[in-house]
Amino acid sequence: MTARRGGRPLVFGLVLAALVASFVFVEIWRDRVYGEPAPGDSVLYIRSGDALGRMSLSFTPLVADIYWIRAVQYFGGARLSALPTRRYDLLYPLLDITTSLDPRFNIAYRFGSIFLAESYPGGAGRPDLAIALLDKGFRANPARWQYVQDIGFVYYWWMNDYRRAGEWFNKAADVPGAPWWLRSLAAVTLAQGGDRQSSRRLWQALRETADNDWLRSSASLRLAQLNALDAIDQLTAVVAGFRARTGQIPTSWDALVRARMLSSRPVDPAGAPYVLDPASGAVTLGADSPLNPLPVGTQVDRPAR
Amino acid sequence: MVLWAVALSVFRESIRDRVFYNLLLFAVLLVGAAVLIGQMTAGQDLKIIKDLGLAATSFFGLFIAVFVGVGLVWKEVERRSVYSLLAKPVGRPELVLGKYVGLALTLLVNVLVMAVVLYLLLAFMQFSSPESVRAGWEAPAADPALLKAFLLIYVQLLLVTAIALFFSTFAGPMVSMALTFGFYVIGHFNADLKHFDAVVTSTPLAWLLRALYYLLPNLAPFDITAKVVHGQLVPAGYLLMTIGYAAIYIAVLLTAASFIFSRRDLK
Repeated sequence: MTARRGGRPLVFGLVLAALVASFVFVEIWRDRVYGEPAPGDSVLYIRSGDALGRMSLSFTPLVADIYWIRAVQYFGGARLSALPTRRYDLLYPLLDITTSLDPRFNIAYRFGSIFLAESYPGGAGRPDLAIALLDKGFRANPARWQYVQDIGFVYYWWMNDYRRAGEWFNKAADVPGAPWWLRSLAAVTLAQGGDRQSSRRLWQALRETADNDWLRSSASLRLAQLNALDAIDQLTAVVAGFRARTGQIPTSWDALVRARMLSSRPVDPAGAPYVLDPASGAVTLGADSPLNPLPVGTQVDRPAR
Repeated sequence: MVLWAVALSVFRESIRDRVFYNLLLFAVLLVGAAVLIGQMTAGQDLKIIKDLGLAATSFFGLFIAVFVGVGLVWKEVERRSVYSLLAKPVGRPELVLGKYVGLALTLLVNVLVMAVVLYLLLAFMQFSSPESVRAGWEAPAADPALLKAFLLIYVQLLLVTAIALFFSTFAGPMVSMALTFGFYVIGHFNADLKHFDAVVTSTPLAWLLRALYYLLPNLAPFDITAKVVHGQLVPAGYLLMTIGYAAIYIAVLLTAASFIFSRRDLK
């Protein structure tokens, strides 16, 4: 009797394991024969943050978190998608709902300001929506000068409107508790808007005021890109010097090292080698460099007017 | 003493009914979330774990309060065990109050254990996070202010339990459950009732709705999760007034429940 009682759970467990293995096998088999079902497009059934806030009763902060995770996953999925038709249509509604449910969700505003504004295909290419989100954040949190600074930043970096960027930096400086350097940032932007040096100052300011690692690393990446642009300018000058001296375009970095014009093969701030085109002499980032694509329209430094 | 004996028997029964299994689920949920969400939330794991911990405490507590609360009196009547109880020197009001205190004790243990589990997890995050990450936090990980949120969650659960017990003195479990959940939902919406005069044209109706605003339980003020998680100050006066409101409301419900049960014909 004892043996039978002890044996039953084992038999039961084995039968259960066999059944589980069977349905997993059937699923794998079906997917192989008929293909895996395609994941459905993201759908946003409820677009009103206020309505969702009502429906979530006392669980509103948790629902805001869920929408935040959806926004991050949606953006990540779209950005990593290999499809040329990748879309970011739901990014703004997701962030809008998140911030309606939790108006103090700081990172959602700042995340939005970067990735809504970033030009397509890296981001949504909607600086207007980035500004709308940041403006909403500032209305809900009037002490947060960072949102006003970020609006200035969107005008500066993504819309190349240096006058309005300077105005917003001044507005940020007016917020009680804002750091003193915002005023000088505004002055520099209005005077030298668009040059690489003021861009560098802006990203440095953003890195220093970042309140999370993600924003800090995003600013560090941009600074590294600006350093790479400087290095490309210097390397282009070296290539031009070689050409003036020998009448030929160098065929490789080694030719410049042998000519003692470079001490070693140059690498970008991320450690990837720069590429020298032997046909034209153009210097670019390596295709595998994590700094790709470099920002366009960032002028070299020019003297203050 | 009689009241305490009834309360302890409710507490023991809840242990027998494996009510505390939800604590295990809570711990697994939190630890699992801590491992998973760090990868998915762009640095918001601390906020989300706090939100999740407080929401889960409220959610599990709500289900215990409603599902156990509606059966407290009804079960005794249905099983006819109420006769043997009342044959002892136990008055009907004492029975009702004892049942309430017993479930309040169960909920207290539940909320306390959940608070300890959440604090342990948050202390681990505080200890294991580098300085650069901690600098970006709006409030420390193991923030003592979270206790304010736990306190109001517990008081809200006491109020919901009183509602469930009140209904269970004269209605069956399904009706009591529906009514208690209904009151819980209305309790989060009733601020709208106060301002219905902007929508309705009838003055008496507007007054009636305004009266309902004051009469129905207002549960929204018990929800301070967002404030606490964002490191906002919740004044002690606010806590005291909200707890005072709940204490009076609970007293009204328990008095009414005792009165109804005392006059109920159990034959």
